[in-house]
Amino acid sequence: MAVYNQVETREAPSNSKGMVHWLRTNLFSTPLNSAMTILGIAFLFWVIPPFIKWSIIDANFAGSTRADCTGDGACWVFVRAKMDMFMYGFYPEVERWRIHLTYALFFVVIATFRYLKQAMPKIIIATIYFIIAFVLIRGGFFGLETIDTNKWGGLMLTIVVASVGIVCSFPLGIILAFGRASKLPIIKSVSVTYIEFIRGVPLITILFMSSVILPLFFPEGVTFDKLLRALIGITLFQAAYIAEVIRGGLQSISSGQYEAADAVGLSYWQKMLLVILPQALKVAIPNLVGSFIALFQDTTLVLIIGLFDLLAMVQVTGSDSHWLGFETEGYVFVTLIFWVFCYSMSVYSKSLEKRFNTNLK
Amino acid sequence: MKSKIAKISIAAIAALSLSASVASADTLSDTLSQGYLKCGINSGLPGFASADSQGHWSGIDISVCRAVAAAVLGDKTKVKFTSLNAKERFTALQSGEIDLLSRNTTWTETRDSSLGLNFAGVNFYDGQGFLVHKSLGVKNAKELDGAAVCVQSGTTTELNLADYFRKNGMKYKLVAYDSNDQVLKGFETGRCDVITSDSSQLYSLRIKLKNPAGSMVLPNIISKEPLGPVVRQGDDKWFNIVKWSYAAMVAAEEAGITSKNVDSMLKSNNPTVKRILGVEGKLGENLGIRKDFAYQIIKQVGNYGEVFERTVGMGSPLKIKRGLNALWTKGGLQYSPPFR
Repeated sequence: MAVYNQVETREAPSNSKGMVHWLRTNLFSTPLNSAMTILGIAFLFWVIPPFIKWSIIDANFAGSTRADCTGDGACWVFVRAKMDMFMYGFYPEVERWRIHLTYALFFVVIATFRYLKQAMPKIIIATIYFIIAFVLIRGGFFGLETIDTNKWGGLMLTIVVASVGIVCSFPLGIILAFGRASKLPIIKSVSVTYIEFIRGVPLITILFMSSVILPLFFPEGVTFDKLLRALIGITLFQAAYIAEVIRGGLQSISSGQYEAADAVGLSYWQKMLLVILPQALKVAIPNLVGSFIALFQDTTLVLIIGLFDLLAMVQVTGSDSHWLGFETEGYVFVTLIFWVFCYSMSVYSKSLEKRFNTNLK
Repeated sequence: MKSKIAKISIAAIAALSLSASVASADTLSDTLSQGYLKCGINSGLPGFASADSQGHWSGIDISVCRAVAAAVLGDKTKVKFTSLNAKERFTALQSGEIDLLSRNTTWTETRDSSLGLNFAGVNFYDGQGFLVHKSLGVKNAKELDGAAVCVQSGTTTELNLADYFRKNGMKYKLVAYDSNDQVLKGFETGRCDVITSDSSQLYSLRIKLKNPAGSMVLPNIISKEPLGPVVRQGDDKWFNIVKWSYAAMVAAEEAGITSKNVDSMLKSNNPTVKRILGVEGKLGENLGIRKDFAYQIIKQVGNYGEVFERTVGMGSPLKIKRGLNALWTKGGLQYSPPFR
């Protein structure tokens, strides 16, 4: 009887394991890839050390005036001195607790959302939150001092514009998507016309219209708050894009779902809201979040109509004659904030996808 | 649910637009009843309109808003500033969103005649000038023959430059850049010997240089850019108030009244001083505002010279020389019609 001795497991050949193997398969697999790798590394060497030298080694962190910035590097003193402007704009210092409270409530609301399964309570809580946020930030009720919108600015204004744009355009977008998918000719054609018209025009044009042309159509002397005009413009614009994203979701739902809902005798709205929309939204999450991130970045366009969002604040703070010439530091700082916000949104979107298991069809 | 949302959103819109107001032809009584002046400003121009780290606006254009508020409401802080870009500024004035535009606006015939505007004076005589390296040893623009000139492309600056050099029979090499920051880089690296731009701009560019002391602005001004406050056409009373609020600042400098000595000047025997400060005569009442409007302006904001030095002149980082903006008695153009 033959004896089969178990052969000791041999290690993989040295050319197919370890660091060298990884490098060879991932970075130097073909001559073209090798060239790309070398060029990439050279580029990083060319860019990163000067940036670190500028932003950290040669930079000035301490002090409070322009004179404290002596080196060739970045002057972070500028960002520190102007931090309040970047965060709150012209919002009066003694009233800033109202903004902090609004931020804090936001996280409370997000936390409660995790424990609520039904959509309706969430919508009600969100609506109440927005009313409270509005009363807190603008004031004018319950003895709170009114802070006019021309005092709003910085990160706070960016968040206001982005969140109002996101929250208001979402229901509008759903209605437009339903309209476009509808079989009723008038509703369908109105929705299609609206969406195609808005999508054919850049946001900057809509903002410009809202700030330059629109006031001329009002009766003599009647003016409309500038921020409100911009918010309406952004909402109308964003709704068209949201509608298309949701329509994509609607089209991915098989006709069997529609027929099944009809078969059990659901009305149109029951069918759409209870059966189709929840499934369509799940599919649309990545694209929806993509649109919202794009909107968050698009809010910087309000700068052209004289509203001071985070980006515009760089311009404002850079024109203080005691602090001329530090726009670069301002832009780097603002870039970092934008990155943090957009990245957080995309992480949140990933966690939503996981929670709703979009991959499992 | 739907109607509830509709109601809430209508309420929100109504609340947000509380500031929406119906302006009649009488800007003065509107301003008095709302208790603040609606002033349109630049969103940031060093020395003209800029916000400090606490968000307080200051600058030579801001001072005009403050002066009118002091004259009409007796308090320079009662101003609501609206930042406007160059394109929307006139619409904002016409639609009543603002009642006074003080935003480095050049007074031209077209704007004055066809846009429904009135220019209430010139608070800064700007114009195209030259910034040179001191090491070049040039003291006058006429000595710039053969120089390399950095300029922001696509602006009238380029055309003015060509005209000036041709008129004086000189040659130059044009180095055009897209933005002011690039212009500055070109100047620092020696691509050009001279930068040309509006002179107010040159001073703030100069601060951004690594060694500001190594360069200087030449005295020559080769174009006309009279900047001044603007009001709507059709309300002459308001036009007069703005015009004379500004004139009061210049007249005060002419008469030697400053924010520091204005209280003791009230007892002056000089009839001009008495009339300006409202001790004698009815100049304020004639305008429809307080008798001591000029006193309030000078006390709270200062005379023209003080404002100039504080915002753009030697008391500021810009260090712009008075030049054309000196009083007419000192070789400049600032001149107040007589207060009588």
